[in-house]
Amino acid sequence: MSLTNIFDIAGSAMNAQSIRLNTTASNLANADAAASSSEATYRGRHPVFTALNNDILDLDANNNGTNIGVKVLGIVESDAPLQPRYEPGHPLADAEGYVFYPNVNPVEEMANMISASRSFQMNVEVMNSAKQMMQRVLTLGQ
Amino acid sequence: MAINFEKALGIHEQALRVRGQRAQVLANNLANADTPGFKARDIDFKSALQGQSQLSVGSTSMKTTSSGHMAGQTLSSDNNMMYRTPTQPSIDGNTVEEQVEHAQFMENGLAFQASFTFLNSKFTGLMSAIRGE
Repeated sequence: MSLTNIFDIAGSAMNAQSIRLNTTASNLANADAAASSSEATYRGRHPVFTALNNDILDLDANNNGTNIGVKVLGIVESDAPLQPRYEPGHPLADAEGYVFYPNVNPVEEMANMISASRSFQMNVEVMNSAKQMMQRVLTLGQ
Repeated sequence: MAINFEKALGIHEQALRVRGQRAQVLANNLANADTPGFKARDIDFKSALQGQSQLSVGSTSMKTTSSGHMAGQTLSSDNNMMYRTPTQPSIDGNTVEEQVEHAQFMENGLAFQASFTFLNSKFTGLMSAIRGE
């Protein structure tokens, strides 16, 4: 039944958005985590979303060809350049006096955070509407 | 004079079903609002409803005369699925416009309620006819 699928769809989207919020929180928390080599430095993490196709989970023959929600393919590390800073007095400075800072852009992360929380809210609303529609159907004939 | 439920309920039953399917498609569009390359889709309500009412009147499903036969695929909703034309396409190939989808979802929800109310009043009418009060 299509109305019950809405809960799965909105649920998958809420899950994906909360993963996005999680990576954003991790990026912001580590925005100033210094390291003495480029390998050891934290890199910004971002989830990759893809539409979940009904071919995989063919629940209802009437809905072939439709997508049923969103899926997080994986979390990738950003390959943007790191920020080497010349801080000879820093305890983690390397032989030349450089400290490496993550490639996290706080402005980008804040925008990501707002977008993720708004999308989350919207899916909560979709779920609420679906719940109301279903509750209404349950009162049929009363 | 027997009461024919199929005729008594009219088109509202099918309308309610198509509204439910459309809600699913729109919810999926909203769920993929941040998926790169996702193309928003919608159900053409008119042709979907026509397809549904034809299904219930003269069924187009395949006949199974032996237990080994498969039922086959009937005319399904994907024939009526269309891609939405975006007014402001996103740079990552995503064509979901949240405000449009949200408005459509709300409108669809109200139409669902309307169909439900019609269907419910049909039942109420049948009940009072049966009771004869």
